Amino acid sequence: MEHTIFLLALPFLSFLLVGLLGTCLKPKVAGLVGTLSIAAVAVLAYVTAFLYFTAGRGADGAFATLMPYNFTWLPLTETLKIEMGILLDPISVMMLVVISTVSLMVHIYSFGYMDGERGFQRYYAFLSLFTMSMLGLVVATNIFQMYVFWELVGVSSYLLIGFYYKKPEAIAASKKAFIVTRFADLGFLIGILIYGYYAGTFTFTPQAQVLAAAGTMMPLALGLMFVGGAGKSAMFPLHIWLPDAMEGPTPVSALIHAATMVVAGVYLVARMFPLFIGYGPEVLHLTAYVGAFTALFAAVVACVQTDIKRVLAFSTISQIGFMIVALGVCTSADPHAGGLGYMASMFHLFTHAMFKALLFLCAGAIIHAVHSNEMAAMGGLRKYMPVTHATFLIACLAIAGIPPFSGFFSKDEILAACFQFAPWMGVLMTFIAGLTAFYMFRLYYNIFWAKPYDAAQAGGHTPHEAPKSMTIPLVFLAAVTCVAGFIPFGHFVSSDGQAYDIHLSLPVALTSVVVALVAIGLATWMYKGAAQPVADRLATTFKGLHHAAYRRFYIDEVYQFITHKIIFRCISTPIAWFDRHVVDGFMNSLAWVTNAASVRIRGLQSGNIQTYTMVFLGGALLLVVILLLF
Amino acid sequence: MDYSQVLLMRSELSLLAVIIILFVYDLVAGERGRRYMHPLACVLMLAHVLVNIVPQADTLELFGGMYRSVPMISLVKTILSVGTLVAVMQSGEWLRREDTRYKQGEFYTLTLFTLLGMFFMVSAGHFLMFVIGLELASIPMACLVAFDKYKHHSAEAGAKYILSAMFSSGLMMYGLSFVYGTTGTLYFDDVAAQLTGTPLQIMALVFFFAGLGFKISLVPFHLWTADVYEGAPTNVTAYLSVISKAAAAFTLLVVLVKVFGPMMAAWDTMLFWVIIASITVANLFAIRQTNIKRFFAFSSISQAGYLMLGAMGGTPGGMTSMVFYALVYMIANLAVFGVISAIEQRTDGKVSISDYDGLYRTNPRLTLVMTLALFSLGGIPPFAGFFSKFFIFMAAFGAGFKVLVFVALVNTIISLYYYLLIVKAMYINPNEHPVEAFKSDGWTRVSLLACTLGIVAVGIISGIYDGINAFAF
Repeated sequence: MEHTIFLLALPFLSFLLVGLLGTCLKPKVAGLVGTLSIAAVAVLAYVTAFLYFTAGRGADGAFATLMPYNFTWLPLTETLKIEMGILLDPISVMMLVVISTVSLMVHIYSFGYMDGERGFQRYYAFLSLFTMSMLGLVVATNIFQMYVFWELVGVSSYLLIGFYYKKPEAIAASKKAFIVTRFADLGFLIGILIYGYYAGTFTFTPQAQVLAAAGTMMPLALGLMFVGGAGKSAMFPLHIWLPDAMEGPTPVSALIHAATMVVAGVYLVARMFPLFIGYGPEVLHLTAYVGAFTALFAAVVACVQTDIKRVLAFSTISQIGFMIVALGVCTSADPHAGGLGYMASMFHLFTHAMFKALLFLCAGAIIHAVHSNEMAAMGGLRKYMPVTHATFLIACLAIAGIPPFSGFFSKDEILAACFQFAPWMGVLMTFIAGLTAFYMFRLYYNIFWAKPYDAAQAGGHTPHEAPKSMTIPLVFLAAVTCVAGFIPFGHFVSSDGQAYDIHLSLPVALTSVVVALVAIGLATWMYKGAAQPVADRLATTFKGLHHAAYRRFYIDEVYQFITHKIIFRCISTPIAWFDRHVVDGFMNSLAWVTNAASVRIRGLQSGNIQTYTMVFLGGALLLVVILLLF
Repeated sequence: MDYSQVLLMRSELSLLAVIIILFVYDLVAGERGRRYMHPLACVLMLAHVLVNIVPQADTLELFGGMYRSVPMISLVKTILSVGTLVAVMQSGEWLRREDTRYKQGEFYTLTLFTLLGMFFMVSAGHFLMFVIGLELASIPMACLVAFDKYKHHSAEAGAKYILSAMFSSGLMMYGLSFVYGTTGTLYFDDVAAQLTGTPLQIMALVFFFAGLGFKISLVPFHLWTADVYEGAPTNVTAYLSVISKAAAAFTLLVVLVKVFGPMMAAWDTMLFWVIIASITVANLFAIRQTNIKRFFAFSSISQAGYLMLGAMGGTPGGMTSMVFYALVYMIANLAVFGVISAIEQRTDGKVSISDYDGLYRTNPRLTLVMTLALFSLGGIPPFAGFFSKFFIFMAAFGAGFKVLVFVALVNTIISLYYYLLIVKAMYINPNEHPVEAFKSDGWTRVSLLACTLGIVAVGIISGIYDGINAFAF
């Protein structure tokens, strides 16, 4: 397994090559370098997966956890040391496959999509950097390494969202994403500090007696780490950056904001799963409630958005909510007794990455064709873009949970796990699954059916199918979406590592399919026609609710209010004002009064020094008083 | 008395040699000879750094304990010398200007004398020695601040600096007189043995702390900082913000641990409040600045707060992380001021943040250096600033100051916000007349390249932290 080092080295070299040579390279050459290196990474990832899963199970019936590389980077104390290395276990190998596949598709797709953009080379350099960081994150052997790559992923995502650096919205969005996730990472970092301090280690699987010593602090550490995960995975109320991040190039949205980076939080919880189950089950269940609320909230908002990328963004938030819920409802590490959710979550992560990347890439093709993100500018596109239409429909059916597409199988496992945990949770999630089907088909009909495409309105421009470089990834991902559900996923990934057969629970499956079909029927009834009387009437009847949902329930405004109005205006501005007007002004006038005769001394603002010394002395005396009293 | 002891003070002697050579050269070289002054100064400083590149491994105690050196002190001197070398390299363009060319010799002598003062200050084993070192570092510094004496701002800043420095020295001496009064000695070791924490000694501690807090510019002793940083010539600001600060912080740490060790509970409380105030107040002020030098003045105040986290609890890990933090901060801040100075020289004094709008389009490489330095100051992995922050937080956390670490962490987010404002200005903000494309002189470019490499490599190469850790106090 020593070859796994190339998984990180190849994209890094390609980043250095393309990034440093930059504009010396022809755009096509730069793209080719990036794409070929990712293709090699993908091949390596498949080889790794094949070798890993065919190597057979250990004596305990689980796949061995391998560490082909793990060197001590910095020893802090005897036991506490920072290591860097590569860890292979079922979930990291699965993630390698997911990341390299989607990344390769996005690299190929970008040839067509970004053709002629300024900074084509820079774009590929950033994509390579991102892929390297993401791969480094999933193979991290310890929580510290994970954090370093976690932040690196954040930086490369910041660079990619802000790629259109001339667009003010893109810049604002990239900054927002960076600051919000950094804020969440604060929790992660404190969690790591607590974990490192009390458990005396950064590894994921410390010895039991070490953990027993840290016992009471573990739930706190785990909870704080989850805050970091919630930031990256856009859980409520830290989700606000994701919809805005859609300002970045669409293939980037597909890679980062659908398939890879945003599931880092889910991966983190899965990675720490044994600790969550063993030392903080209540924290784990808390994540389930957060996830369920997020899933509901985002699904409702997605129903009324008109920007197609934003619909997909909220849909992503909602689906990640599903994955978090699946992990959160686990009550033990045994898949037969309450541990089903672990496998379900990872399964859904896998299938969702494929079909959501597909949806985003389709959206990219559509935007490429009509030059707008708004549904109003679309309609009737099925005649012009047959390949995009077919693949988009497959993805919609998958996310809606219609068999035999992949989403049905993974979502069904999640619902089964929820019903095992508590009936109300199962009912709630089934309802959200229905909402998912509804808003996805609302999107589908508004893009491809509804009114016929009005070329005159678009300035005589007729939409056309995307070039081959863009349709090939679509077809490939659609094919994966059709067959991925039949992967015996439980044989590869399960909460205790033992092979496990996925059973479809008939009542759960039947209910969810019926609910999804009803929702799709409803969407068809409301949105298929050119005129949409029902939808319009609903929007006017529930005007307040519709508007609130359209404005995403004003969460952004609340943040805006807190940061700008309260922090800036009520704290920072008065201080600055005080500095400028009171301190300076008072001293200036004092200087003017006392030294009016001497222009030169007034020029020196000698009064200032007096305040400075006053504060200096006052501060020193205050410290003396504090020390004497306490 | 055996004067051969003097020969053991390697770093002081080599620095003094550099000063004398430059001083004599300045006297004998005519108008033509001065042209080679800057390269000569750089080469001599480089030689000085190379002579001291391997820190002295043994512990020295000279002149009856007035002067002490341990490996860590020797290492700190080397770090300070490297920083000074970079600052000198960056000042070439400024010193070649019409109005400073004739007095550039004075710049080198004054700068290096302050450095010599700092060397004595960190090596002091007696409060008298310490005060002499401190004053040797302060008084020439005021001349440096007022170096562009015909520029109103510079002269004003010089006056402010010297007056504030006098006041803080006075207060500190007052405190030291309490030390002498209550213990009857000024030798560090003897004082430490006799301190019991009486109210008078607490006053002594605070006044002593205020004197160095002034140099490090900790709140509430920081008020001079913004005015002086803004008014002083940019290269002097660079020197002031890193070398002077790092030397004072390290001395403070040594004295607190070695001398005021018995009163640790008191100074922990004191540092606790001062650190919180420094980080928070400076961050809130920094957000609203429009002048980039003022902006970095507040940034440096908050960085000083983080730096002092390493002193909390006086743990060995804290000391290592503090030296490491100072090194990383020095590299990043020298990069920042190198860029500011380069731009100021080429645009005849543009130092507003709005002047940096659209810099990326005309000077992408300078922008990149600035961006990396800002990322490092903000503590974003994988740049060095992240690791230095992490180590210092880990040390303070391990010493049991959890609330403090939390406050500091929250403040890193605020600081990230305002550092990103600069990044945003450079890359995004539209500008009709951005700074024109230019090429700085070779020395500046080499120094910026070195800083960039440092920003990227110092964190990743774990040997550096390990190496510092290996040195004993």
